[in-house]
Parts: sequence; C-alpha cells; structure tokens
Amino acid sequence: MSVGLPSRGWAGPRAGTFAPRHQTRLGRAFAKGGVARSWDWLLFAVTCALAVLGTVLVWAATEPALRQAGLDPHTYLKKAILWAVLGFVLMLVTACMDYRRIRRWTPYIYGFSLLLLLAVLAVGQSVNGAKAWISLPGGFQVEPSEFAKLGLILSAAWLLSRQPRLAGGRPTGPPGTPGHDSSGRPRLRDAAFAALAAAPLIALVEREPALGVMLVLVFTLAGIVVVSGIRLYWVLGLVAAVAGAIFAIAKLHLLKGYQLTRLTSFLHPAQDVAGSGYNGLQAKIAVGSGGLHGEGLFHGTFTGGNFVPSVQTDFIFTVAGEELGFVGAAAIVALLGIVVFRAIRAAQIADDMFGMLVASGVAIWFIFQTFVNVGMTIGIMPITGLPLPFISYGGSAIFADMIAVGLVQSVRRHHKLFT
Amino acid sequence: MIPRSRRRLFGLYALTLAAVVVLGGRLWYLQVLDTTQYKALAQVNQTRQIVVPAVRGGITDDTGTPFVRNETEMVVSVNMMDLSQQTTDNGAAVLAKLAPLLHLSDKTLAEKVRLCTKGVPQPCWTGSPYQPVPVAENVSDATALQIMEEPKVFIGVTASLQPVTDYPMPDGANPAQVLGYLQPITQSEMAADHIPETGFAGDDLVGQAGLEAQYNTELTGKPGNQIVSVNAAGDVLNTVGGTPAQTGDTLVTSINAKVQAIAQQALNTAISRSKASGNSVNQGAAVVESTSGRIVAMASYPNYNPSVWTNGISQSEFNYLFGTASGDPVMNWASQGQYAPGSTFKITSTAAAVANGFSLNGTYNCPASYSIGGQSFANDGEPSLGPISFRTALIQSCDTVYYEVAYQMWQTDDNKANFQLNPHAPIQKMQQAELDWGFGNYTGIDLPEESPGTIPTRQWLYNYYEDNAHKGQNWCKNGKANGSYVQQIEYDDCQSGYVWGPGQAVIAAIGQGYVTSTPLQLTNAYTALADGGKLYSPRIGEALVSASGKLVQEINPPVIRKVDASSQTLAYIRSALAGVVTQGTAAGAFGGFPLNQVCVAGKTGTAQVEGGKSTSVFASFAPCNNPQFVVIVMLPNSGYGASAAAPAVRAIWDGIYGLEGHKAALPGGKLPPVPGTGKATVKR
Repeated sequence: MSVGLPSRGWAGPRAGTFAPRHQTRLGRAFAKGGVARSWDWLLFAVTCALAVLGTVLVWAATEPALRQAGLDPHTYLKKAILWAVLGFVLMLVTACMDYRRIRRWTPYIYGFSLLLLLAVLAVGQSVNGAKAWISLPGGFQVEPSEFAKLGLILSAAWLLSRQPRLAGGRPTGPPGTPGHDSSGRPRLRDAAFAALAAAPLIALVEREPALGVMLVLVFTLAGIVVVSGIRLYWVLGLVAAVAGAIFAIAKLHLLKGYQLTRLTSFLHPAQDVAGSGYNGLQAKIAVGSGGLHGEGLFHGTFTGGNFVPSVQTDFIFTVAGEELGFVGAAAIVALLGIVVFRAIRAAQIADDMFGMLVASGVAIWFIFQTFVNVGMTIGIMPITGLPLPFISYGGSAIFADMIAVGLVQSVRRHHKLFT
Repeated sequence: MIPRSRRRLFGLYALTLAAVVVLGGRLWYLQVLDTTQYKALAQVNQTRQIVVPAVRGGITDDTGTPFVRNETEMVVSVNMMDLSQQTTDNGAAVLAKLAPLLHLSDKTLAEKVRLCTKGVPQPCWTGSPYQPVPVAENVSDATALQIMEEPKVFIGVTASLQPVTDYPMPDGANPAQVLGYLQPITQSEMAADHIPETGFAGDDLVGQAGLEAQYNTELTGKPGNQIVSVNAAGDVLNTVGGTPAQTGDTLVTSINAKVQAIAQQALNTAISRSKASGNSVNQGAAVVESTSGRIVAMASYPNYNPSVWTNGISQSEFNYLFGTASGDPVMNWASQGQYAPGSTFKITSTAAAVANGFSLNGTYNCPASYSIGGQSFANDGEPSLGPISFRTALIQSCDTVYYEVAYQMWQTDDNKANFQLNPHAPIQKMQQAELDWGFGNYTGIDLPEESPGTIPTRQWLYNYYEDNAHKGQNWCKNGKANGSYVQQIEYDDCQSGYVWGPGQAVIAAIGQGYVTSTPLQLTNAYTALADGGKLYSPRIGEALVSASGKLVQEINPPVIRKVDASSQTLAYIRSALAGVVTQGTAAGAFGGFPLNQVCVAGKTGTAQVEGGKSTSVFASFAPCNNPQFVVIVMLPNSGYGASAAAPAVRAIWDGIYGLEGHKAALPGGKLPPVPGTGKATVKR
C-alpha cells in the first residue's frame, strides 16, 4: 500500500468561487442531513397508497349490495374515508413521538390493552359468534384485539431490551436513558417474562374467541423472541415446544369444533360445499375468476352478489382478486411486502434493542397477517377471522396498523443520526 | 445491535420475500393459469338449498290395509291472485289453454277456481283466495313439464309435487275421530316442538287430533334438502346434490277394518231404530276391545268424512263438525262421552261388596222397593224377587239388592267424613273399588282426546260443591225450597250438596246419580273382568313400520294394575253374566242367537237420566269361558239397554264370528298377525 500525496486532480472549485446554491426550505429539508431525511418516505408513500386502495376496495365491495338493498351505497365508503384519515393522523402523531418516550409508557399501554380485552369479555358484543367488539355511543364499535397486538409488541420489546450491553462495561444510567445502552443479548429469563406478559393477552383473545388474532399474537411474540437474539438452541426449543403444542392440541382435542373444521376444511374445500369449506371455495372462485386484469372495479358479480362472506372485512382480498385481477392483487401483496421490508430495514438501523424489536415485531405481525389473510382467500391457509392490513374495513384495525407504521417511522426518525 | 439479531433480521427478510413469492405464485396460478376453470365455477357455483318435504306415514288397520294414505302427487295449482293481476281478461285465456292440457272442460275448470262466496253454488274453492287452487292431481310429468317450461303462457299456474292425503275407507270402515286430522302448524306449535319449517306450500301440516296428533313425531318423517345452482337472476340451473327426504313411519293400528265397519253399521242401525221409536238420540259409541287390551273397533256416532279437512275446510263443514245440533261429529264419544253406566256398573259393585266382607254365595233380599230414612228407592218397577243370590241379582238386574249392599257399606264407612266439607276426606270403600276398576280416571289410551268420567268420591263431592254452590250452577241462588223439582234439588244441594248421604251412595251402586263413565272405561273394566282382573291401558297403535316395511317399534298395551277381586269372584260374575243372555234381562235381545256356537255373556244397563231418556248400555264379552273380545255399546237418550244397545252388540258379535248368516270378520276370533313383523306386510 502506498501512502500517496493528496489528489492532484481537480478538487472542485475553491470555496467561495461560486455563489452558494440557493435552496428552498423543502430542498434543504430533503438534502443530505436535512430534517426530512429522517422519514422513510417510501414507507410513507406505500402506506398512503394502501390506505387509499383499501378505501376504494371497501367501496367496491359494499356498493352493489347496498344499492340493491335500497340503502345509501356510500355508507361504508364514508366511514372508510373517516377511518383512513384518522389513522393517517394517528400515524403522524406516533411517528413524531420519540419511541423512547413510548417505551417509558409501555406498561401503561400494555395495561390499557389488557383492560380493553377484559372489558370486551364483560360487555362485549357478539358478531358472528365472536365476542370481540365493544359498542360505543354513536353506533361505533371498538375491537380491542387489534390494540392487543400493539400492546404485545411493545411489552415484549420492553421486557427483552432490559439487558445492558456487557461488552461496554457497566451502564452509567437507568434503562431508557442515553447512559444505559440496553442492547445486550436477552437472557432466557427475559424471554420468559415477555411470554408471561403476553399470556393474558393471548388467553383473553382466545376467549372471545378470535383464533386468527390469537395466532398473530403467538407468532409475533415468537418472532420477537427469536429476533431478540437469544441462543439458537432456545429458538429450537421454542420450535419444539410449538410443535409439541400443535401435536397436543390435535391429540387432546383442545381446539373447539368450529376451529378444527375451519383449520382442516381448507385442505378439502370441495368435500363440504355447503358447510365450512364453502367460504374458502367461494373466495377461491372469486379470486380465480378475476383473471389477469380483473372484471374492473364495481364489476365483480361474484363478490358483489353476496356469494363471498364478510366481503368488506376478512375477505376483501377477493374483491381485489375479482375486480383488479392478478395485476391488482399482486400489487397489493407487493405493497404490503414493501411495508414489511421497510419495517425490517428500520429494525436493522435502529439505535437500540427496543427500537429494533418494535420495528421487527411490526414486520412479523404484518407479514404473518398478510400471508394468512391472502392465503385463506386463495386456498393455502385455513379460514380465520383476520383483516388484511390497511385494506380491510374496520376502524380499530386501521388505527392499529397506522400506529404500528408510526412506530416504525419513529424508530427510524429518532436515530441518533437525526437527533 | 448484537450480530445475531442482525443475522436473524436477514432471515426475516428472506422469510418475507418467500411469503410474498408464495402468495404471488399462487395468485399467478389461480388467476392466470387456472382462471377459465374458476370463471366457469363462478358461473355454476351460485347454489341454493331447497327443502324437500318428507312424505307423511300412513295409518293402517290390523291387516296393514290403509285407513290413511299419504303420497306425493304432481299437482297443478292456479294462483288466482297472480292471474287476475297479471292478465287483462282475468286469466280467461290462460284457463282456456290450461283446460285441454288437464283434460278438463272449460266449465269444470272455471268451477274449480271460482271462490265460494255468497250466491256461488258448489262446486267452488272453499280455501283462501290468496292460496293457489289445486285444479288437477296426479298430473303426468310431461304435462307438468309443459306447464313449467312456459311460465309466460301459463301465468300463475304451477306444477309441483304436493302431499296428498287419501282415506280409502276399506270395507267402509271410517274411524274418523280415532284417526284425527292434519292442519297447518301454528307458530307457537313450531316453537314448542322445535319442528323445522320445511316451507312446503307455505305451511307444514301436523296432526291436531286423534292418532295423527298422538303419533305425529313418528308419522312426520324427516325433510330432506336439495342443493341447486342458480344464476345471478335466481333461476334454477341444475341440481348439485342434497339429502333425500325420509318418509315417516306407518302406524299399524289394532283396529280391524271389517269389525270397525260392522260396529259403525250396528251403531247407525241402533240409533236410527231408536230415533224411529221417538227418542232424541244424537250420539253414541261402540267399542270392541280384545282381552289383551287392544282396541279392535271404536265407532262414534255421528261420523264424518275426514277428507273435509284437506285443502281447507269450509264454514258449513266446520259448523257441522263442531255443532251441538249435529251431535259434535268431531268428538270421539267412545273416549270423550261421559254417560251413566247404569246396571253394567253392578259388576264393580258386586266385586266391591265381596271384597268388603259380603259373602259371594250369600242370599240377599230383593224387595220391590227399598227405603232409607223415609225415602223409597224402587226396583225399577220390578216386583219383589224375595231372597236371591248375587248371581240372580245380576241376571235379573235387581237394584234393591245393591241398595241394601251399598247402604250397609255406607253405614260401616267413615261416617264422620260423610258430613264434612273437607277436600282431604278419605275415599269411600265402594268408590275406592270403582276407582280400582279404572272408572273416574283416564285410561291412558293412545289418543289425545279422553274424558275421565266421574266417581263421586268425597273429594270430588267437595270440589263439585265448591264449584257450584255459589258459582257455576249457583244452587244457593237458583234453588227454592218449594219451587219446581229442579229448584228443590238445587235448594237441597245448596244445603247439603257436599254430604255423602245414603241416597247418593245407593244410586251410585247401580251406576247412576253422579256416576259417569266413558264407553272406553266401561269396555276396559269388562276387559279386566274377562281377562282375570288385568286392567289395561288400552292401545290403538299396534306397531310402527318404516317406509321400507321394517318393524320400528311394537306397541303393547301396558297393564295398569290387577283389580281387587279374587279369580273366584271374577269367575262367579262372568258365569252370572252368561246367564243374563240366556235367562236374564238380555234373553229377549239374544233370542235365537246361536249361543252353542259362540257363548256371549253380558250385562244390560239402563241409566235413568234426570230430564231425559235413559242411557241404553250393553256390555258383553265372548266366548263365555275363554273371552277373546269385549263389546260395548252406549247410547244416551235411547231407553232400555236390552232394547236399544243389546241388538247392536248382537250384530257386532254376529259380524266378528260370522253367525246368523254373516261373514266372519275374524274367523274363530283370531286376530291377524301384526303387519311388519314378518308374518304380514303393510299394504300400499
């Protein structure tokens, strides 16, 4: 290696040779080191696109039936717009908050989501056999299990990020302060605490019963624990435990009848056309009949003709499949994939363990829920009551999704680099 | 961040990518490669479920010959509401096209669909104007198809499979009240019975009376369903699948059509003869029971044709069925009529006397009249017979012997209780014996309609007084000490209606006064007498047989109890009753009867009823020594038992055994084997 002289080439104009480049405020904000650089604009744009797409699909899904019934065909559209706008605001507010401050609030957020779930158990309202909604005055309803996902991610991330980094010596301050660099590898005990904290949430959701949401919670918790960096053999132990649990459930008939039929009927949808296989088959037909380009928005006779159940909520993807075809359906999957990718990216560059775990938790939640929801409409996953993130109609779900994106943005924006 | 997390985050990337690729690949497969299949499925898929009603099971006689036959037939109906609303000529053109297709004249078809309103003569449609009018039954499939394929031509005309109920009346047997009838189910019945609504022709029919109601669950069967695919407009394209409807079980009854027809005929003849001799009789019943507790015939007068219930009943038919003037044909007087049994009741009085210490072989005085406390009770105008045995008392039907017996039993009974107004007073000895023989209580026969009869126990007397002294008949208000005869009785009843006095006790012993019995109860008591004291809960149903002819359930009459009488006593009474026919009160009625072929034993009854003609009763069993059947005829308002009821009973015996030039309905008195048990089958 040679230690050469400084470049002899042209090193650019000397300072002051040209007048400084005039930049607009916006330009400065987006320039290197600018304020706006802290935001993940791709994530922002994709989120907005999904929200808009979801609103339009809800409209397309509900308009024909409402019109046929002689009701206001825009009933759902109006509410969907309201939820999307409110959700957007929630995302911005969350993104602007320092996630470390949110970390300090975690116990309260956790407690609040637990209380909501207890409330639903006490005063909840049954819809389609699941007691999952709390009625509010004005005809609104809250679905606490959606917020339980946030509660679980935050509590797990908090409990798993309490170990100081041992290599850097003793921390100089309490957890949550800059002097406490809490990014050490969590011990098994921390994972156990995280699981213990998640247990009541999971149990309460199971009581509703909301099998799909329960699976999301379990899967997300497991994912966060794995990503937190506990030893591989613990991970393998976890996998073994889950496998054992599944085996036990199957053997000891711990699943309720409806759960088992729903879980297994997707394997043989044609066997029981009038029964539980019906929904799955109808959804598959709706998606499959869309073709490459789809029938066009508002022109889906199958989803519009009430042949698919819960078409504006759990089965909204069938509307996309039938009316937008492969192009639209694949685009939605791709956009959701981008959201997950950006969340993982945020986790990778996160400043501390808590931020990393929150962002990856959101990523796991979204990818799992997307895979199950889309999968059940195309016959590769059992039918469970799960909404498609950002797309399905439902205020609570949209709010939870938007707050989650806000958290990811917050983790990114409050990196030391930008503050 | 620890390196391990970094690595695992890359793993997460990979997993996400894999998930997205899997979803995208599957979408490509579904939406691009396989889309034609799903496009076709989307067209066909749109399925609907149609309920297929079950055919109701029939009811047969003991040989398997149907009394009630249910079938589905292709029925063409015309909805006159649709027709008048959708055509300008009130459907004249449509009907003109329809008539030749159904092989009907224009006039007949017009008569079938016109509404029965004021001034419209029969035939006309008696049902609701909103109901489709059935104009042709048993239409061929080709005709039905032709109608269904041209809905634009045949506006308001439908061809569909509908249940049709048929009453073949084998040998003229028509036990209408026993069979009962079907009517559309009410909302409350549906809720109470958890019956699924099949939605057939808007209504489901359920049994509302008789055997149809009693065995409704078994007869109904199970509705099936049919899954059909429909296009977006809701038109049925083709059948996808479904489960067939399950036809209801057939109820085999122990009623023998031939015996039933004979009993009906005998009852009709007896009543018309009684009417001809100036009696105002308008109801009556004849019952034949085998000594194993099975009802072989049950005839109630007046009768009616049960097919009036199908396709809606008209107002005039309804008035007839439920009219008092017509004798309430809808009532089953055999199980619901409560009449004084008269002297036929003396068999229980004899048994009660013997059970309470009177000697079976003793002699009892039979004076022309018997007086208790200044009140005289006559022996029905008969002269004194002097000291006689129970046997002679039964043969000659001496009332005064039983007055004496009843008075003595009254005297030795709990006399303090007789004068108290007490709902919990003990039952008198004599009345206890009567209850024991099944009187005053439901027999538990498999019919929903049954009356309990009355036995004047002290408790019954208490309730009777409480119900009528100051309310109900209101004796204390209507009674007058020196008014008319009825008013005097009411005055007395107000004073002491609750008292079980010797007067009531003695006339109860000869089956009069407060005592009433249904023809069925009397039959059952005589069955107990004939069958060694076994009191059955009689059964009409014999077996339930599935549509494929397999025996589902055999129905056997349960024994309620053994009556409190020794076999010696029963044999004594039976032999005395044989004497009634040869030398006693029924000797005249059975004059010339071939008793050497079939020995008939019986007892006449002539119950005097206040303000009307006597109830004429004849209760009998045969053969005397080894009884197979019990035959009872009860005719209120008809005079003497020997003159009105006994000839009818004689005619029934003639028919059963084939005597005096009749053809035997049951040769040798042998009951046919139960259909469905392998020895015989149910006929269609």
